[in-house]
Amino acid sequence: MSDEKVLIKGNYAIAQAAVNAGCQCYFGYPITPQTEIGEYLSGKMQELDRAYVCAESELGAINMVMGAVSTGVKAMTSSSSCAVALMQEALSYAASDELPVVLVNVMRTGPGLGYIYPAQGDYNQAVYGGGNGDYKIIVLAPSTVQECVDLTYRAFYLAQKYRNPVILLADGLLGQMMEPASFGEYPYPEVDVSGWALTGAKGREARKIYSVAPDEKKQIQHIYDLHKKFEVITENETTYEEFNIDDAQIVLTAFGSMTRNIKAAMNVLRGKGIKAGCFRPVTLSPFPHKRISELAAAGKDFAVVEMNMGQMFKDVKYAVDGKSNVDLINRPCGEWLSVEEIVAGVEGVMQGGKTYAASI
Amino acid sequence: MGKIVIDNNRCKSCYICTMTCPKGLIKKSDKTNRLGDYMVEFDDKNSECIGCAMCAKRCPDMAIEVYR
Amino acid sequence: MQQVFSKPKSMKKDFRYTFCPGCDHGIAIRLIGEVIDELGVREEIISSTSVGCSVFLYDFLDIDAVEAPHGRALASATGVKRARPDKVVFTYSGDGDFASIGLAESMHTALRGEKITAFCINNTTYGMTGGQLGPTTLMGQKTTTSPTGRNQDYYGYPIKIAEHIALCDGTAFSARVSLDTVANINKAKQAIKKAFQVQLEGKGFGFVEILSSCPTNWHMTPEEAHERVRNEMMPVFPLGVFKEI
Repeated sequence: MSDEKVLIKGNYAIAQAAVNAGCQCYFGYPITPQTEIGEYLSGKMQELDRAYVCAESELGAINMVMGAVSTGVKAMTSSSSCAVALMQEALSYAASDELPVVLVNVMRTGPGLGYIYPAQGDYNQAVYGGGNGDYKIIVLAPSTVQECVDLTYRAFYLAQKYRNPVILLADGLLGQMMEPASFGEYPYPEVDVSGWALTGAKGREARKIYSVAPDEKKQIQHIYDLHKKFEVITENETTYEEFNIDDAQIVLTAFGSMTRNIKAAMNVLRGKGIKAGCFRPVTLSPFPHKRISELAAAGKDFAVVEMNMGQMFKDVKYAVDGKSNVDLINRPCGEWLSVEEIVAGVEGVMQGGKTYAASI
Repeated sequence: MGKIVIDNNRCKSCYICTMTCPKGLIKKSDKTNRLGDYMVEFDDKNSECIGCAMCAKRCPDMAIEVYR
Repeated sequence: MQQVFSKPKSMKKDFRYTFCPGCDHGIAIRLIGEVIDELGVREEIISSTSVGCSVFLYDFLDIDAVEAPHGRALASATGVKRARPDKVVFTYSGDGDFASIGLAESMHTALRGEKITAFCINNTTYGMTGGQLGPTTLMGQKTTTSPTGRNQDYYGYPIKIAEHIALCDGTAFSARVSLDTVANINKAKQAIKKAFQVQLEGKGFGFVEILSSCPTNWHMTPEEAHERVRNEMMPVFPLGVFKEI
């Protein structure tokens, strides 16, 4: 793959990036708005003599990924919101078993079946998870088709580097829109998996990958170890973007596709004399609590702009911890908040300091 | 001519072997194991065992080794 | 004198089965171990484990294993096999895991003709949780969740697993065996071997349903339990090979 830019749909970009990253197996079940990932890979994987299975369900798909990655190969599945809900059990197992599962969630609207309107309602599902027990997932949120490529690469790398499941949290807007993107080469080194992968007990002791611990002390230690690992991930891998943050009085904060409009809104607000800046977590988990806390301590207020009822808002509020004001500008789903709506929202909260919900 | 060796650490006293031996050479013992169950014992005074291994094949706990 | 019967080499050195006294799981796992020895494939095996009494397989067999959530062993095994087609992959589940919560995964794995070997222990109940009504509980059978016995109005009918798997085009071998007598144990071992061989020969999905006693939850002695296998289970779940290609 060259550095040449191609005009490509987000879903295809994710799929091709997975191929470039060395994904050996894809397992999936159709659901709008991510179906193109599976469609694209069905041909590609066969062409490359890699594995592709039309799974019987999302339960089947994610567990096939778990089986495949346990042997040390890279594998992934992709799905959307209500179907990712079905996969939560497996994610809990994968986190406990320390299996490098890569899951792409191209979000649609919920709760329930919802519909295919764009939304960001799966922030909590991805970051806090729906599986049982104390576990953490790495969550990466792209905001452009180019980042769909870059973060897919990173997802495969981080999954194997830390032996932890990774969710790429995209949305229907990104999945369905075309933008120029370049693929380049897979930029990360190959991770040595020979110390744990299952390959048959040849010339070594048999290995078992499991989470059953009928031993209280071992179970306690295991949970501590998982969380210590995530502290290292937090230290090394927390990433975010900032724009005009130094002199900002109010920081527009968003993730994923919503980042696109807060940048434009920031410029409009600056034109009106309001010192606005932008902050955008790239890793939703680990979340950049530390940086937000620093910005809040410097007296900067936050306006969280998101397509849900304030899911990331709570994390920002937790990070700010009362040191400055945090407001929410949101709509639960549907048409993305426009630049005008965000500008009006910021002006509103700056006057009244109240949460602003955009009209339907 | 055969013999069996019963590992009473593995045996869980299910007594399937006592009902399987065609010659009735495996018996419930008077001795008990650490759980208080009567153990089984191999009693072959007249060297009748032919080492057919039927007892071992039916033992769910692999507690019987067979020699022939 | 020479030792003519001992523990299979592919089993771990020091362990004591954690099953109840008289439980047939021990025999089934030993037979799988013996077949693995005879085929010489221990070092090539990756197993996906299930949930239930069957879960502790990897504590007894000296093989690589990855756990799967309840019912997902066959999906996990599909992933393993597709990722490493050169490895020998098998699953070992109970009837609840294989034919209730995991029925979709099991059937579709057979339909796809995955080159995987699967074993299902059918003891007509959920053993580990204390004997509840399961997918293979017999009509009239009393369990903790069918206190007056299974009847169609309330609980529906039990599933004949081996026959259903035999109907799948991807299945290369499907049989039902029992462990109640030495003769049946010998036949069970042959079936287990055949189920591995169809995988090794690339023919398709190999499956063996193993009728098993559960003396604890049936409230019977081990020998009474085997009589029940013969007198009550076999008329509903007949032994035999249902498909072989």
